[in-house]
Amino acid sequence: MATTLADDLRPLHHPHSWVTRYVWSQDHKVIAIQYSVTAISIGLVALVLSALMRLQLGFPGAFPAIQPDNYLQFVSMHGMIMVVYLLTALLLGGFGNYLIPLMIGARDMVFPFVNMLSYWLYLLSVIVLVAGFFVPGGPTGAGWTLYPPQAISEGTPGHQWGIVTMLVSLAIFVAAFTMGGLNYVTTVLQARTRGMTLMRMPLSVWGIFTASVMGLLAFPALFVAAVMMLFDRLAGTSFFMPTMQSAGAITSTQGGSPLLFQHLFWFFGHPEVYIVALPAFGIVSDLISVHARRNIFGYRMMVWAIVVIGALSFLVWAHHMYVSGMNPYFGFFFATSTLIIAIPTAIKVYNWMLTLWRGNIHMRVPMLFAIAFIFTFIHGGLSGLFLGNVSVDVPLSDTFFVVAHFHMVMGVSPVLVIFGAIYHWYPKITGRMWNETLGKLHFWITFLGVYAIFLPMHYLGILGVPRRYYALGQADFIPPSVHLANQWISIAALVVFAAQSLFFFNMIWSLFRGPKADPNPWGAASLEWQTPQTPPAHGNWGPKLPVVYRWAYDYSVPGAERDFIPQTEPRA
Amino acid sequence: MNLIARLSERSWEPASDRLDPSHRPSAGSVGLTLYAVVMAVMFSLLVAAYVMRMGLHAAMGHADDWAAMPDPPLLWINSAVLVMSSIAWEMARRAAIRGRASMASLAGGVLGLCFLGGQWMLWRHYQAAGYYLATNPANAFFYLLTALHGLHIIGGLGAAGWVLASRNPGQVRLCALYWHLLLLIWILIAVLLLLT
Repeated sequence: MATTLADDLRPLHHPHSWVTRYVWSQDHKVIAIQYSVTAISIGLVALVLSALMRLQLGFPGAFPAIQPDNYLQFVSMHGMIMVVYLLTALLLGGFGNYLIPLMIGARDMVFPFVNMLSYWLYLLSVIVLVAGFFVPGGPTGAGWTLYPPQAISEGTPGHQWGIVTMLVSLAIFVAAFTMGGLNYVTTVLQARTRGMTLMRMPLSVWGIFTASVMGLLAFPALFVAAVMMLFDRLAGTSFFMPTMQSAGAITSTQGGSPLLFQHLFWFFGHPEVYIVALPAFGIVSDLISVHARRNIFGYRMMVWAIVVIGALSFLVWAHHMYVSGMNPYFGFFFATSTLIIAIPTAIKVYNWMLTLWRGNIHMRVPMLFAIAFIFTFIHGGLSGLFLGNVSVDVPLSDTFFVVAHFHMVMGVSPVLVIFGAIYHWYPKITGRMWNETLGKLHFWITFLGVYAIFLPMHYLGILGVPRRYYALGQADFIPPSVHLANQWISIAALVVFAAQSLFFFNMIWSLFRGPKADPNPWGAASLEWQTPQTPPAHGNWGPKLPVVYRWAYDYSVPGAERDFIPQTEPRA
Repeated sequence: MNLIARLSERSWEPASDRLDPSHRPSAGSVGLTLYAVVMAVMFSLLVAAYVMRMGLHAAMGHADDWAAMPDPPLLWINSAVLVMSSIAWEMARRAAIRGRASMASLAGGVLGLCFLGGQWMLWRHYQAAGYYLATNPANAFFYLLTALHGLHIIGGLGAAGWVLASRNPGQVRLCALYWHLLLLIWILIAVLLLLT
């Protein structure tokens, strides 16, 4: 049955049974939870893989079950799962789905059926990915970048079938993302409620919106690269495969260009960094503003910076390819464009600091995570300035310095924001409140723990300790302190790993036993906290859509009776 | 209200509520426009890869390994079928504006199926002549480009079937637009294949 509500322009799909309500659901909130649970589940697999890697690196030889092939497979699957299947899916499929309609005052996404299809295709891509663990030869061990020719050549773990499941899974993921992305962008453009101008949207929506646009432009490159490599692997074409000698025999492929793959991969891969970072930027802006009871400093500048970063990120991809060799002028161009991104990014960081400045800061768990993000992000950003320069990058590129850099900037930072965001919106999503003490314990162990893990890695990298190596062996340039640091990192990693159980226990226990949450426990002004029900019901807004009269950051307004004014409150 | 003005709105200051949702274009047309951009990016990247792969081997100082494929008459016939199909969809669109359902959309769909059949025959023709997928990068790109274009045609036929079944004249316009885009992409692919 389709009904049109008086103030709504679209018919709304109404579920009739348990199955259409919770399984084949077209409700954005249910799809968001489906996306999030799937993404976090597969993310846990990647987390276990990282623990196994750390066991091997910290205590080489102590675990005979971890062979060199396994180690490479762990590295590859860990990277791909974390970047694509966890972060992208959770930030856009999870938070995007949940927050966009609620924050802009819509009843649902504009294409609910396509939205449902997007989730089920995503689930299929995850299943195909996991199938890689069970095929002969195991999952691919080519590194998360899957560079040919080694990815599909004999000698690389998983070159038989693991690489095929990986590429097929990626192609399905891209299809799923495209369906989702079309929805997020169109919903933001078309379904904003009355009064919700573009510049009244919370920065979370701006971040997710820009990241979705970028995803639509960048993921086709991954799709094309994956399909072409599948052709090379299954049909014997030579898109990427050069003439090679394998076991004394010349292979049938000839003339293909491995560099072509690298260009395609990084044309996707670099924007991907910002597809993950921009939603985090947006969300963290909202967390800081709400918990510091201050309007975000320089709102327009924040929006423009998000858009400019998104645009610039398409001009820097080859900075991942300095060590592949390129014309020095290209290197100069890409180094320059890379360093220019530091300008809008620095604007954002300063604006976060200035929002906190003289704010009425409430050190609640979401705020702790938001502030921690500023630390790790500045940290990772600064090491990025090193790596953006060709001459510094070349010696550091294959060392742990790079591992430390990207884990700080695009691993830890978005994950901290995700934790903060889950703590922040949990009362709205579930209607219950989590345990503050457990949350703080989880925060401190995680925050200090990630520094214990990744700070020493910079030192290892500068010493020249190579990444991707199963074991370091005996080398003159590796002092005993390296082994000590590796043990320390591994122990810290296992502690952080174990501490995540606090988070899961807190979330699951609170779901059933947590105290009932106030509809707006943080006193937030944005629209999602003003729903008639908590958790929001199907259709979100009851009989009438809300009307928006102001921006989302009216906090501590002089003369107002409360320290926040909801967006729905008319001006006097 | 242009984009610059909208993006420089000082939203913290009192402003009138001037955005009335009913004046916006339909979600379907915005969605289709976005998808057109996605398609354009995908095919542009493929063309970039095509040109790069074509010139690379010679640029590296090796013998040129690119052997162009012949252009059989079937290529022209298929192109003509797709043009006719697009014309039929255009007629259907114009009929839909006047509020009439039209057999032209059905003709557009059937001609689309004919195009797919013709492409299949074209593949078989090349196979019979010894132009296999893995023989040469030119062949590989040909099969890849036509396969991806064909998948978009299949998707379009599915969507058109759904629109015709639900008899929504507003969406005939979107079908026609999508079909013209596919024709444009096909012409660009065909020109690329003919030139090289």
